[in-house]
Amino acid sequence: MKTTKVAVAGALCAAFALTLSACSGNNTTTPSTDTGSTTATAAATSITVRGCTPQNPLLGTDTSEVCGGNPLDASEAKLVHYNTDNAAPEMDIAQSIDSTDATNWTVKLNQGYKFQDGTEVKAKNFVDAWNWGAACDNAQINSYFFAMIDGFNDPTGDGCNTAATMSGLTVVDDYTFTIKTNAPTSNLVVRLGYTAFAPQPDAFFADTSQGKTDFAKTPIAAGPYQIVTNDDTQIVLKKFADYSGKYPGSVDQVTFKIYNDTSAAYNDVVANNLDLTDVIPSDQLVGDIWKTDLVNSDGSPRWGTANTGVIQVLSFSPASIDPQLADIRMRQAISMGFDRSAVTSTIFNNARTPATGWVSPVVDGYKAGACGDNCTFNPQQAKTLYDAAGGYKGTFYIWVNGDGGHDPWATAVCNQLKTNLGMDCAVKDTPDFATLRQLITSRDKSLTGMFRGGWQMDYPSIENFLTPIYATGASSNDTDYSNPQFDSLLKQAAAATDASQANSLYQQAEAILGQDLPTMPLWYQNSQFGFSTKVKSVKMTPFSTFDFSSVVLN
Amino acid sequence: MGKYIVRRLLMMIPTFLGATFIIFTLAFTMPGDPLAGRCGQKPCPQNYVDWFRSFYGLDKPFIVQYLVYLGHLFTGNLGISNYTRNTVVHELAIRYPTTLKLALIAVLCEIIIGVTAGIVAGIRRGGFIDALVTVSTLVVIAIPVFVLGGLSQFAILKFNLNSIIPVTSNGSWRSLILPGVVLGSLYVAYVARLTRTNLVENLRADYVRTAYAKGMMPARAIGLHAMRNSLIPSITYVGASLGALMGGAIITERIFNINGVGSLIYRSINQRDGTTLVGAVLVIVVIYMVMTLVVDILYGYLDPRIGHE
Amino acid sequence: MSEPIDPVSSVPDGAQDGLKPLAMPSITRRSLLLPKAPPPDGGVTSAGSAGEKPRSLGRDAWDEMRHRPMFWVAGALVLLFLLIAVFPQLFTAKDPTACSLDMSRLPPRPGAIFGNDFQGCDIYARTIYGARASILVGIFTALLAALLGGSLGTLAGYLGGWVDAVLARLADIFFSIPMLLGAIVFMAFMPLPPSAGMPQAVARIVIVLALFNWPNIFRLMRASVMQVKPQEYVLAARALGAGPGRLAMSHIVPNAMTPLIVVSTIDLGGYITTEAALSFLGIGLPSTVVSWGRDISNASGLGLIRNAPFMLLFPAAALCLAVLAFILLGDIVRDALDPKAR
Repeated sequence: MKTTKVAVAGALCAAFALTLSACSGNNTTTPSTDTGSTTATAAATSITVRGCTPQNPLLGTDTSEVCGGNPLDASEAKLVHYNTDNAAPEMDIAQSIDSTDATNWTVKLNQGYKFQDGTEVKAKNFVDAWNWGAACDNAQINSYFFAMIDGFNDPTGDGCNTAATMSGLTVVDDYTFTIKTNAPTSNLVVRLGYTAFAPQPDAFFADTSQGKTDFAKTPIAAGPYQIVTNDDTQIVLKKFADYSGKYPGSVDQVTFKIYNDTSAAYNDVVANNLDLTDVIPSDQLVGDIWKTDLVNSDGSPRWGTANTGVIQVLSFSPASIDPQLADIRMRQAISMGFDRSAVTSTIFNNARTPATGWVSPVVDGYKAGACGDNCTFNPQQAKTLYDAAGGYKGTFYIWVNGDGGHDPWATAVCNQLKTNLGMDCAVKDTPDFATLRQLITSRDKSLTGMFRGGWQMDYPSIENFLTPIYATGASSNDTDYSNPQFDSLLKQAAAATDASQANSLYQQAEAILGQDLPTMPLWYQNSQFGFSTKVKSVKMTPFSTFDFSSVVLN
Repeated sequence: MGKYIVRRLLMMIPTFLGATFIIFTLAFTMPGDPLAGRCGQKPCPQNYVDWFRSFYGLDKPFIVQYLVYLGHLFTGNLGISNYTRNTVVHELAIRYPTTLKLALIAVLCEIIIGVTAGIVAGIRRGGFIDALVTVSTLVVIAIPVFVLGGLSQFAILKFNLNSIIPVTSNGSWRSLILPGVVLGSLYVAYVARLTRTNLVENLRADYVRTAYAKGMMPARAIGLHAMRNSLIPSITYVGASLGALMGGAIITERIFNINGVGSLIYRSINQRDGTTLVGAVLVIVVIYMVMTLVVDILYGYLDPRIGHE
Repeated sequence: MSEPIDPVSSVPDGAQDGLKPLAMPSITRRSLLLPKAPPPDGGVTSAGSAGEKPRSLGRDAWDEMRHRPMFWVAGALVLLFLLIAVFPQLFTAKDPTACSLDMSRLPPRPGAIFGNDFQGCDIYARTIYGARASILVGIFTALLAALLGGSLGTLAGYLGGWVDAVLARLADIFFSIPMLLGAIVFMAFMPLPPSAGMPQAVARIVIVLALFNWPNIFRLMRASVMQVKPQEYVLAARALGAGPGRLAMSHIVPNAMTPLIVVSTIDLGGYITTEAALSFLGIGLPSTVVSWGRDISNASGLGLIRNAPFMLLFPAAALCLAVLAFILLGDIVRDALDPKAR
């Protein structure tokens, strides 16, 4: 018995090893040709999409994350619609939005635009919804989006309007209203496509529940799809038959299935249990495994990529926390001291593009190279600058949230800094995103070194990548960056009535970031998506959402 | 017997209150703010923060929060999730059926594979099968469940078995087979070993020897006498593991996308959803205590040598 | 064991409810561990017999074990892993943290027999250096749980009465919370200070795991002490005037220790797996500490397994082997100590 046991133990460990090595044997797995779940009836076409649990009631003014944002986006129509290819604003409910001075705006609506309950979209539906969303009493997450409207009274800096209404909004007639901003806002039109600016029907105001949560369960909007059921496992959207706009949906029904884990969603798409996933787990990107998984039997791909308005940066701790980083040469040395393209190619298999500035290429006003030499890999000069700055004493930390899959790239950056600069670098991962944000916003003294920041645009404007993050005292200015020249350029740009003039001023401001390096651009995020054999012509917008007007069944 | 049960039930009260206090303290003094990551890269507006804190009672002193919670608890009110704004009772109610299904599949797997393997190993003690069972159960224990889960998913995809056994779950029985087996395999090892040990012990017992001496056929001796007595501990163990499994399986549920209690707990920790966390853990503690009691009573019933009086 | 509960430790044990300590035979392996005969190496018998030394249970067990090859295999493996944990540099000259992206995912080859991982680190070096943290977690958790559970169990079993009642309830509370669940909540509750190095990181896991495992040992020790307490040699020692402290320390505890040692050895393997599970959830050891758990979880994405299975294979096999070695050793010692199972 005794010797048998040893033999069996050895055999089992070997079997375990063999199972594993068998995994490597063949990377070109032929995708399943099973079409079991795809027999849709001709009468009603439907698709399933990866979804996640919304964190707030489904209201435009109360949704700031993708889990609630994606279904809401498919169900809402706003004044302005973003082009699904280049994110350029196009008139949707609005017929025109005009201003001569970037301060006084007149909005004219298209007549006959309908909410999903059959009522017509009128000027008051906007004005009342915005007033409601801005008011402190209603405690909406997105209330500060209305801060540029005249009469937004926020003496304590809470980000909401202490009054019930804003004087800058006036209903002229059923199809016209005016907006007066409290400072020139040249990119107002671009902003108005954000979800916070969606109109609300009369039924919304009739709802008496706290925070309109009853209404928000299955909200009524004016977009191509209506949210019909919303529970913990799925959110079902049906095509709105009387949709009035120019961007109708294609399939009859879209179901967001709730997933806790993106790997599970990916596996389901590979297996044709799910039609669309907007996230490919990063480990499947390695060696382009996902491209071999997601192939139709005729060899055509079941995957795609899209450039999206997301940029990843590493922020240097404010000088008040880490005085060693006050020296610009130290920051330059670190930014030059690692090879962005080596990381994006090895760790992300080129699913990210090395960044040369702070603004995503998908937006109007993007200009490459704002960071210049400071973001170009140059180990010799980096080492010279590093030594000139006196070297970093102690361990240099790169902080990331451990629940976001950031550890691999952060470790790679760290390893390169160790090799190229000789600094003692270590990755610190916090248990979750909330913990990292807590450390950052409380300016915790332990947060030395660099910490991760990702910015997904709210609206496609160069301004959205600069003002909220780098203006003095801005809400997301995690590095306490302050440069009067930068601030003044932002102000001038906002006041410029000519779009190209505004963009050029914003670009000048961005160039200042290139000299000051408050944060270090890493890469622009491209989105990868996959789809089942059941669908084709799948397209993703620059906002990482699917374009439901294009997707069709095979 | 009745007195024993009453005594046991009474003793649950201090245990339950103690567990409540510990879990509540942990959940509500956990570092990290539920709102810290709520608004993405941006901090949440102050008015939203204020509303949130007062709505969920987070602005009150800790001890007041605890007493309010206890008060609600006795009326069956477990509070409201600060993540989904549903009641915690609702959150649990929609997840328990799935977790229960998963637990049942795992238990079935324990009984079929574990008990069989244990019996075979016990009868053929010292043989190849015995060694195989002993060592393979040890190897299963030594492989982390996330490796096991990942490999099983890989195998399903590799051999195109997904249409029969889905790699991820949608809550249906069929889709819970794979995770159920993976989860059950952890317990199979113990069931097999327990069955084997007890069988070996009983086969040597005097009454079995007597049976042999009386000229009873080995199969009958094993089947009638040894087996019946050897299976009692295994059955009790399986029952106990059902209680444990009903607490949800955090890792397995995560790998296979199961909307069960385990994933609810994991989410509520990550989102600092203290109310949901406390509610879910308390239910687990209660189930666990009740299962323990049931198993003990069952044990006394199955084995007449044990009395509770 | 890497799932929410340790299947064995979670088994309710009828003898542990504080009512009828020994009325019910416990249904787990614990029952096999209770001393079956009054060990004669206690004070009384040795005082009486100077000439012929009776064969002790320990001697008996040793004789049994040394004839089993498996004992030597498991023992040698355990010693090897301990040696690797203490002196990793004896086994590799490479630095486990010297990594280069150019070497990412290179397969095993001469010079790097286990290949390179995603970051381009040498997997062999990482596997060798990773032993330390994992084995430290295993050993110290087992020790702390044994110390905590053992001492409280002795107190409860020896003193009985209200001390026993209070301690038993306390154990119940911690027993009723599944280990992995409790560990996750506790980990979130006590985040690692940013300046913490490996000792603190290991200590934190040890404390948390021990906190949810001491009740097992407590129950075991309590039952064991209760069984030893009424034995003749203890009664004799008391009659001879031994005080309560001396009685407990030199007569009861040594004779009640055996099951505790065996269970701790077996559990040790489980703690190593649990540490890996915590690392998989991102709340175990920080990435700055080289550990098997971390490396396994870093390599366990499906896409990575398919691209570079050796990244998962070697640390997982090392972990599997180490856990196996400890469990086997504990198993053999248990068999040897239990005359009935022979």
